[in-house]
Amino acid sequence: MSVSAVQAPIATIANPHPPVPASRVFVALLSRDFRVARRELPFFLIRTIMQPLLFVIVFGYLLPKMGFTQPGYQAALLPGILALSLLLASMQSVTLPMVTDFGWTNEIEDRLLAPIRVELVAIEKIVNAMVQGIIAAAVVLPLARLVMGPVAGFTFSHVPELVLIVVLAAAAASAFGLLVGVLISPQQIGFMFSLIITPMIFFGCAYYPWRGLDVIPWLKYAVLVNPLVYISEGLRAALTPSMPHMPFTAIVAALSFLTIAFTWAALVRFRMRALG
Amino acid sequence: MTPAIVTERLRKVYPATAGSGPGAESSTWAPAGNVPPRGAAETVALESLDLIVNEGEFFGLIGPNGAGKTTTIGVLTTRVLPTNGSAHVAGADVVRQSVTVRQRIGVVPQRPNPDRSLNAWENLIFHAAYFGVPRSEAGRRATVLLERLGIADKARMKVDQLSGGQQQRLMIARALIHEPTILFLDEPTVGLDPNARNSLWEILRELHRQGRTIVMTTHYMPEADELCDRIALIDRGKLLALDTPENLKRQTPDGSLETFFISRSGRRSDA
Repeated sequence: MSVSAVQAPIATIANPHPPVPASRVFVALLSRDFRVARRELPFFLIRTIMQPLLFVIVFGYLLPKMGFTQPGYQAALLPGILALSLLLASMQSVTLPMVTDFGWTNEIEDRLLAPIRVELVAIEKIVNAMVQGIIAAAVVLPLARLVMGPVAGFTFSHVPELVLIVVLAAAAASAFGLLVGVLISPQQIGFMFSLIITPMIFFGCAYYPWRGLDVIPWLKYAVLVNPLVYISEGLRAALTPSMPHMPFTAIVAALSFLTIAFTWAALVRFRMRALG
Repeated sequence: MTPAIVTERLRKVYPATAGSGPGAESSTWAPAGNVPPRGAAETVALESLDLIVNEGEFFGLIGPNGAGKTTTIGVLTTRVLPTNGSAHVAGADVVRQSVTVRQRIGVVPQRPNPDRSLNAWENLIFHAAYFGVPRSEAGRRATVLLERLGIADKARMKVDQLSGGQQQRLMIARALIHEPTILFLDEPTVGLDPNARNSLWEILRELHRQGRTIVMTTHYMPEADELCDRIALIDRGKLLALDTPENLKRQTPDGSLETFFISRSGRRSDA
């Protein structure tokens, strides 16, 4: 290492240190995450689009064309695929970074040393993941609609309900993603995919409406622990309201409750991880 | 002299369960040496530490592995919650006024942990933004820091492309960009070659001459001897000795800090 001959002081000492408003620090943290997300946009789009696109092509286009699905299945599938994309995009943007940051690289250190409460660093992670989940839904919806062609019962006439569900769904998914991210260690990532993500996807009522489980009552109630169920049903209520779905108020209540519960648990655990 | 740091009966106990959860295995401030393994009993990292570091002082913390040096820095930088006792840094309580403390300190960790999603320049600019430094001012400061630390030509490189020594210099730049009053360095010259180490010493001397309080842990006795106004020897979470390097060396027959370290801690510095 050679010190330059430039004789400017290396760094002066601020005195006094005026307090920085928490909102300003929060925006700076968010702008860092947006910068990283913008740089990774092509990868984000590929990982967001690929799985739902393949599902839509096979289950929403090929199988109906072959006559293997009943008329109306596309109306059940489209909101479910959208729900899945939103959940996975939100979780991917927060869970894995948290696992590696806390369990391996300690890269989050500079943000934990920022003059802001550590809980707000966690909330910022949730807000960033929400934005990514909402962007994923906004990208996948027109794409899925394009591949499937006209979907019986699909409507855009419930925009306020759609916005409410998308925002609540993104909040619940992001808070859940943060919770998982601060709960597991890098060695448990494989376990996370096989024991958390995969069952969530298949028992999240993404590929079938919840009312379809009337035929297996115990399963119908067991899946209620899965946040994806309410996201799928909420998007059905907003986009294909003629399909059987849970009551809208019950969906909103469940997503609100889950968001609060996941956020609370994630903040408690985040604080434990952040403060040694 | 005004104290920059005051700790009173500072105690940190890692509970027995800490070793079994995912939180323990890679925390910067709770190193493996201080955290009990799965099923082990609780570990007392700090027994009851009373320290006063004066404003403008270059203060050294020495001690064997697992002595509690890193935990002490962790508590003083608000990254580890103490179990008992109190600590004030730059006039603020590290638990109740942690946000105020963080605003006034800069921290260089033992292992460089730059934000690998950003390049070197962005690491500095965003870190400054977290401290409310306007972008144009942050840019000016980053230019000076990178130039003075000899990594101006690496500004736009991804941090993964920087060598260990260059990453360490980036960590120093990051710790300084918000102009802290107190600088904490945890074994800053580990892994650096002699040239890099000498250059870092020059930088630290300059930062000290400006009147900045510096707290540094080290295993390298010549480093403590060369730079520090006073040195605290701690082991098993207790303060064993605290004095100027000259007075500590005077207590040994051969006048060496290394001998003092071994005789008082019963272990070698590289143990």
